[in-house]
Amino acid sequence: MDWADEGIVLSARKHGESAAIVTLLTRAHGRHLGLVHGGAGRRGRGVYQPGNRVAARWRARLSEHLGTYVCELERSVAAAFLDDPARLAGLSAACAVAEATLPERESHPAVFEAMLALLEAFETPGWDQAYVRWELGLLQELGFGLDLSKCAATGVKDALVYVSPRTGRALSLSAGGRWRDRLLPLPGFLIGQPGAGTVADGLALTGYFLERHVLSPGQRSLPAARTRLAERFAPR
Amino acid sequence: MASETSDIERLIQLLAKLPGLGPRSARRAALYLIRRRAQLMEPLAQALAEAAANIRTCTACGNIDTADPCGICTDPRRDASLICIVEGVADLWALERTAAFRGRYHVLGGVLSALDGVGPDELNIAGLVRRASEQQVKEMIIATGATVDGQTTAHYLAERLKGLDVTVSRLAHGVPVGGELDYLDDGTITAALKDRRPF
Repeated sequence: MDWADEGIVLSARKHGESAAIVTLLTRAHGRHLGLVHGGAGRRGRGVYQPGNRVAARWRARLSEHLGTYVCELERSVAAAFLDDPARLAGLSAACAVAEATLPERESHPAVFEAMLALLEAFETPGWDQAYVRWELGLLQELGFGLDLSKCAATGVKDALVYVSPRTGRALSLSAGGRWRDRLLPLPGFLIGQPGAGTVADGLALTGYFLERHVLSPGQRSLPAARTRLAERFAPR
Repeated sequence: MASETSDIERLIQLLAKLPGLGPRSARRAALYLIRRRAQLMEPLAQALAEAAANIRTCTACGNIDTADPCGICTDPRRDASLICIVEGVADLWALERTAAFRGRYHVLGGVLSALDGVGPDELNIAGLVRRASEQQVKEMIIATGATVDGQTTAHYLAERLKGLDVTVSRLAHGVPVGGELDYLDDGTITAALKDRRPF
């Protein structure tokens, strides 16, 4: 078995003295693990930092084997954000969430493309809103998309300000007002109102559904990196 | 004979657990020790037993030494106003080798890592905040690795130390001594460009 693909490093776990078990998000092969000889050594460590883009070649005798990766660094994304605590938190959270939620060896080219776009967005001022949209897209790709197009109760498309935690559908101010304490706030920037709403609300919204639909069934919770990102944006 | 063989086998098995040694090299090391029993094997065994009995973790900084507090913490020639925060003892030893730092240290015992489940509570951070509040401490140098986890930890520490009467600095990132740009990875060059300073 042998293939070559583009990849984004999600994590690298030290194995033995200098090897690492690296998880890549690849375009055609999805989230895929492999052993990298020397991946945790002096030369390899810089390459296998979360968020870095690599050209990967995977080899194994049988397809079900862990196999080995040989990767060439294409773009060192992580290095650009080491000095920026917020963006670094965002990058760590994105990689940790992708690692925790995506099934292994299942192709999700849309998630790969969205991750590439997110890595680009980290260089722009609106990266935080882009991050929330990325998680929304991830939910969609995993089959748990939210319906934010119209009010679930009245069908109106204006003044959508809540999301039902039960159905994942939007509710208007008038329809949801009575139960507003039980509903999740819907930030306007997710429904085409740039600048409206807070990132904290967006993270709470996507975090709730990621945990409920994707992580809780496996007795897991949101990764610590994602929790730290939400804490960073939480109102003080 | 059987007992002797099992002793040797046990020695080989234990040596094979050391970093850098596999079963084959452990066998070679065992044979080497056996041939130099008086000159090397017995002193080594004694040194290992003494080290195992005497080595302890410094309650002040987290360093390992035969005394608590460690030799660095009790050395009056060291600058008590400077504390360098490192991930582990290996990093402390690396800084000591340079002889460029004459302050004291604080060993965190790792870095924040979502993958390995290491959170702030698993690190020696409470002790660090306590030390930062001491009147004599003026500057804390964060010397965690230039990795995503290392820098995430550095930013977390900077947040925790905010508000205390102490200057927080970090090691520079960039071109190593003897490094030529052509041979450097683009991440290092990016960091070096970002950290440039006026001549």
